[in-house]
Amino acid sequence: MELFFQQLINGLALGAIYALIALGYTMVYGVLRFINFAHSDVLMLGAFAAYFLAPGIAKVLPPHSFASALLITILAAAICAIIGILIERLAYRPLRNRPKLTVLITAIGVSLFIEFTCQHKAVFRSETRRFPELLPINDYHFGGLVVNSNDIVVLVTTIILLAAMWFIVQHTKTGTAMRAVAFNMQAASLMGIDVNRIVSFTFGLGSALAAIAGILYAMKAPGIDPLMGIQPGLRAFIAAVLGGIGNLPGAALGGIVLGVVETFAGGIPGLSNYRDGIAFAMLIGILIFRPAGLLGKATVEKV
Amino acid sequence: MKKLFWSFSLLATLLTGCGKQNDMIKVGEFASLTGKEATFGQSSHEGTSLAIEEINTAGGVLGKKLELLTEDTQSKAGEPATVVNKLISRDGVVAVLGEVASSRSLEAAPICQQNKIPMISPSSTNPKVTESGDYIFRVCFIDPFQGTVMANFATKTLKAKKIAVFTDAKSDYSKGLAKFFKDQFTANGGTITAELDYNGGDKDFKAQLTAIKATSPDGVFVPGYYTDVAIICIQAKQLGLNVPFFGGDGWESEKLVEIGKEAVEGTYFSTHYHSDVGSAKSKSFVANYKKRFNGKTPDALSACAYDSAFVLADAIKRAGSTEGLKVRDALAATKGLEAVTGTITINEKRDPVKAAVILKVENGKYKYLETVNP
Repeated sequence: MELFFQQLINGLALGAIYALIALGYTMVYGVLRFINFAHSDVLMLGAFAAYFLAPGIAKVLPPHSFASALLITILAAAICAIIGILIERLAYRPLRNRPKLTVLITAIGVSLFIEFTCQHKAVFRSETRRFPELLPINDYHFGGLVVNSNDIVVLVTTIILLAAMWFIVQHTKTGTAMRAVAFNMQAASLMGIDVNRIVSFTFGLGSALAAIAGILYAMKAPGIDPLMGIQPGLRAFIAAVLGGIGNLPGAALGGIVLGVVETFAGGIPGLSNYRDGIAFAMLIGILIFRPAGLLGKATVEKV
Repeated sequence: MKKLFWSFSLLATLLTGCGKQNDMIKVGEFASLTGKEATFGQSSHEGTSLAIEEINTAGGVLGKKLELLTEDTQSKAGEPATVVNKLISRDGVVAVLGEVASSRSLEAAPICQQNKIPMISPSSTNPKVTESGDYIFRVCFIDPFQGTVMANFATKTLKAKKIAVFTDAKSDYSKGLAKFFKDQFTANGGTITAELDYNGGDKDFKAQLTAIKATSPDGVFVPGYYTDVAIICIQAKQLGLNVPFFGGDGWESEKLVEIGKEAVEGTYFSTHYHSDVGSAKSKSFVANYKKRFNGKTPDALSACAYDSAFVLADAIKRAGSTEGLKVRDALAATKGLEAVTGTITINEKRDPVKAAVILKVENGKYKYLETVNP
């Protein structure tokens, strides 16, 4: 029983990160109807931004303090938001009115471009680096169960950000505009909505989420390298589809489900090798039995 | 059409350019200079370069200087085949040195064998590597020995009865070493409490580590590579799995302590060599290495790589030729050669029989514990 709950905790902590990444995928999909494959690389850039910012911030604020961690995260998120907006501006906007497939392939191209540029000697190089400790790490013991402070940070951050996203999309003017653009881009622009601005905003927001997820992921496993985004990115993509792509709570649910299932599979001798396989098997199962995803409806309100 | 013409003429220039340099003996090297196991390739490359420089300063071999051509495998599957094919067919090397990771050596070995180009792996320990063919050699011990050493270490030094094994299912090295460890440890009367797998490059190991913890082992054997091992140790500590972790030569990298920090303190691993112990030859190697690379202390992988180049040069000298078959025969006849990592005698399986050392991670340094002779 103890083992069950410990794995549940591990799974929730892992799933929360997937959920956070999946939010970014699903938001962009909701507005533009394509998968931004470069999302996972923005996640990596977020972790590297924090890596390079940390020594500088340490001079201003005491290291390992909540304030310094928050400042680093906000700055890294801002940097990544700008990168996300630039990617959309340079790579996707010129293709806005082309077939979706063209944009999709471009997204894969952007992803590879970032990965291999960053592996170059003059950029980040390809070796693994130690990610600094942003917050003091404590273990909390409840009987035989161990909960790591990082896991709590991840869960709380995900819940706060999910609530914030929900609020932005449902209760702000920009959010209303996002939903309008998602519903019908042409009609939205006829109603006086600046579509380009809304799309930029969506990318900025999604990339900021990716950056935060990247930092949380790096705190969990403090070795970062330019290819670190690929695996969590792939799983978050599955999570987004699992929950119903374009649906925010769906992405969160998909992430949690995937994280938990993967963790339980990983703890079984003989099955531990097939964690990725299980994730993809779930994806195929969902696509067969519920093509719209867990929370997706045939006439889903996008975003 | 014009483009095609230009590329042809460029190619022609390159080819004639290559033809002119027949006063050099070309030696190919493939190493993981970047990527997940970057420090393996970098250490090896430094060792090899130092050896080639020293051989050339001493007058080269057969009156010619050696020219080292190095290719990066990026720590990725698929790359070794590409770069070794290039080294052999385009650059025309007489022999190939590399790699550290067994999976990548296994990829290159059939290509060298097919082209009858001798290949010497400096530190791939999986027995299958030299079984690829009679042109494939190595200068390090093999995993049946390393697995036995660590199993005996667990039984005798750690006094462990129950051990969990955590294997990288993507790596031939890890799977082989895990198997040989299990065989010997169970033969010693120990029990394997859990066998779990991960995929090299994973970042979350808590699922498997929780399952391992539930079997309450006395220690955990992780025959993996340093980037994964560091994160495994960190997450194990977070889960309160405070038993000794130990592994093989794949742990040896300064990155292990850089990433793992206090989580890797008190862990043990076996490797080929330690700069604190060894012959006069080893001491002069350490001194020269420090001089050449800004005071850096050589690790086992650079020492093995140094030896691989040294063994090759010795064989070419004895063969009196750079022809593949003659060099191969000379390599196979290598006997009692004093090298940095010990005396090298190549046996009929094209492997040397050498001692292993066991190191302990203490205060961020690798402390020499003991030498185990075969």
